[in-house]
Amino acid sequence: MSGHKIKNNLRLGVSYITLVLLAIAAIYPALWIIMGSVRPGKSLYSKTLFPESITFSHYKELFHSQTVLFGQWYMNTLKVATFSTILGVLLILLTSYAVSRFRFRGRQTALSVVLVLGMFPGFMSMIAIFLLLKEINLLDTHTAIILVYASGAPLGGTLIAKGFFDTIPRSLDEAARIDGASNFAIFSRIILPLSRPILTYLALLQFVGPWADFIFARLVLRSKDKWTIAVGMWDMVNSNQNSNFTLFAAGAVLIAVPITILFMFLQRLLVDGLTSGASKG
Amino acid sequence: MDRHRNKATILSILCMGLGQLYNRQFIKGLILLIFEVFSVTYLINNLPRALWGIVTLGEHPRTLVKGKWMDGDHSIFIMVTSLITILFLLIFIGVYILNVKDARKIGRDRELGKQVNNFRQSVRYVLDYKFALAFLSIPATGILFFTVMPIIFMVMLSFTNYSAPNHIPPAKLVGWVGFDTFKSLLVLKTWSHTFYGVLTWTIIWAVLSTVTTYFGGMLVALLINQKGIRYKGLWRTILILPYAIPQIISLLVMRMMFNGQFGAINQYLGYFGLGGLPWLTDEYWAKVTLIVVNMWVGIPVSMLLIMGVLTTIPRDMYEAAEVDGATGFQKFKIVTLPMILFTTAPTLIMQFAGNINNFNMIYLLTGGDPVKGDYQYAGATDLLVTWLYKLTLNQNKYNMASAIGIIIFLIVASFSIYNYRRTKSFKEEDMIQ
Repeated sequence: MSGHKIKNNLRLGVSYITLVLLAIAAIYPALWIIMGSVRPGKSLYSKTLFPESITFSHYKELFHSQTVLFGQWYMNTLKVATFSTILGVLLILLTSYAVSRFRFRGRQTALSVVLVLGMFPGFMSMIAIFLLLKEINLLDTHTAIILVYASGAPLGGTLIAKGFFDTIPRSLDEAARIDGASNFAIFSRIILPLSRPILTYLALLQFVGPWADFIFARLVLRSKDKWTIAVGMWDMVNSNQNSNFTLFAAGAVLIAVPITILFMFLQRLLVDGLTSGASKG
Repeated sequence: MDRHRNKATILSILCMGLGQLYNRQFIKGLILLIFEVFSVTYLINNLPRALWGIVTLGEHPRTLVKGKWMDGDHSIFIMVTSLITILFLLIFIGVYILNVKDARKIGRDRELGKQVNNFRQSVRYVLDYKFALAFLSIPATGILFFTVMPIIFMVMLSFTNYSAPNHIPPAKLVGWVGFDTFKSLLVLKTWSHTFYGVLTWTIIWAVLSTVTTYFGGMLVALLINQKGIRYKGLWRTILILPYAIPQIISLLVMRMMFNGQFGAINQYLGYFGLGGLPWLTDEYWAKVTLIVVNMWVGIPVSMLLIMGVLTTIPRDMYEAAEVDGATGFQKFKIVTLPMILFTTAPTLIMQFAGNINNFNMIYLLTGGDPVKGDYQYAGATDLLVTWLYKLTLNQNKYNMASAIGIIIFLIVASFSIYNYRRTKSFKEEDMIQ
């Protein structure tokens, strides 16, 4: 009996040590960048992880600098992310509701097409989209990237949302239909309230996209005051990587903190979203 | 007896909306008529030039007239505008066919003595019975112009000679070259050497990165899920952190940490009296770094996923195994592993496909470097997709990049279609749910 207990304790001990090591590995880069952001000076290099003195001057500099329009970029990104989320999620919901609840000719084909189109590498289509935007005079506007982000959304989200809608019993729709509800009413009164988890998941993914996209946004947004935050950060790293590391660190913290907190709060939903995409697709 | 039907059909063939007007559906008829007027004006103005453009891609290069450059045809603009016009023509033809069908159907209804729907009733009818198609048309338009059109454009590009230095508009014209681009990519020594090299690394990378993150995630999930481990939620929350941080931030931070000169990693190795390693500048070590950093980013996702699956495995399966005298490892082998694999197989395949196109990881961390001398514009860690990016944005070899894009697409699409078929069969079998 005691031999079994020792073995058990040993197993737990080893597990805890492994977990602690993993936790350190997970947290360390975040800690490193936070510490970097409050360290005086500009250098990437520091002797110790924790700085000897703490300064918030880099955060101030972000908002008062002539070359880094951090506040402006932040607001731009917020705007683009909000609008493209609303529009994109709406489009995803329309598409997936239609393919989940209605049987029409070409439905299976439409689903396969959505899936396959989502697999195309985006970079080549960037040139065509660029020329298209130029053609309709939308270059260097936020409308352009909102449109592009939103219209791309159904390709990524439809199958996941459809998988979720499929799990909502059809008897609910039918009952409502007998009571005389129109398709719109069924959608807004029954389907939407029941699909809050998937809605949150899709909205989160859609919202985070513009904060991270530095490729397409860089191509479309030419003037500095229109940039999104990712374009700005990318520019910052490329133009003066080692010379002003601490400023970059401060910017990185300001971007990462809200998004990380969002993800942390919604982690339960992430599991739901991931698995519903996986097993019910 | 069939007067109405034929008259309505002929009228609507003559001009959109006439058939509807004849059928006394005035609002619908007027809308169609206005649509026809606009479309025909647009097509008359643009279609001839579009057809000319798509065939020739422009005929007049920029010329020097009296010491001044006179702008000639810009082949790529011509190509895109032609493409848009032709897409519009297709939509127009589609609407036209629907219009004729509709007029004929209503005409037949009239012969049978049925009441013709007024406009409000028509709208009501569409919302009730054609809801899905009416709804889908909105996202479909977006997808058509922002996804399908660019893809057609890209496929077309790969059959042209649109590349630096000799065929870049507006100075020069671009022409059709058939399969030459594919031929040089696959057969011509200078290009094929790079192509096969990059392709090999892409596949190695996709396999290694998928396997390491998947089994790493499984190990961590099992570790946390062990009997007797306390604060499971807390561990999960801590370990999910790398997934929550936006990749553009975390990967750029990683790039700095692994920096050979100033980075934190080499600094700490120095404390233990070890020499620093060329993490990002040596070919072999750059690949190792990529796999390791990818594990850091990817394990949390797999962990979350597998922890979700673990909670769905019915307890009685384990109990049954215990009754049969299974040890801990046997229980894992017989119950846990098959259940996890079965449920997550589709995700696994999608992750593999995603890793083939894992642009962020490579571009943000190494940028494809270190440079390889005998490669065409590619580095040792470049994937097909980052090579494509470099060819497009840095080298302006658009035709080559398009050809590579098509090849990537074929690889990835075949995986995902195979996968999709499988998930459907899963669903129909109803083995787990």
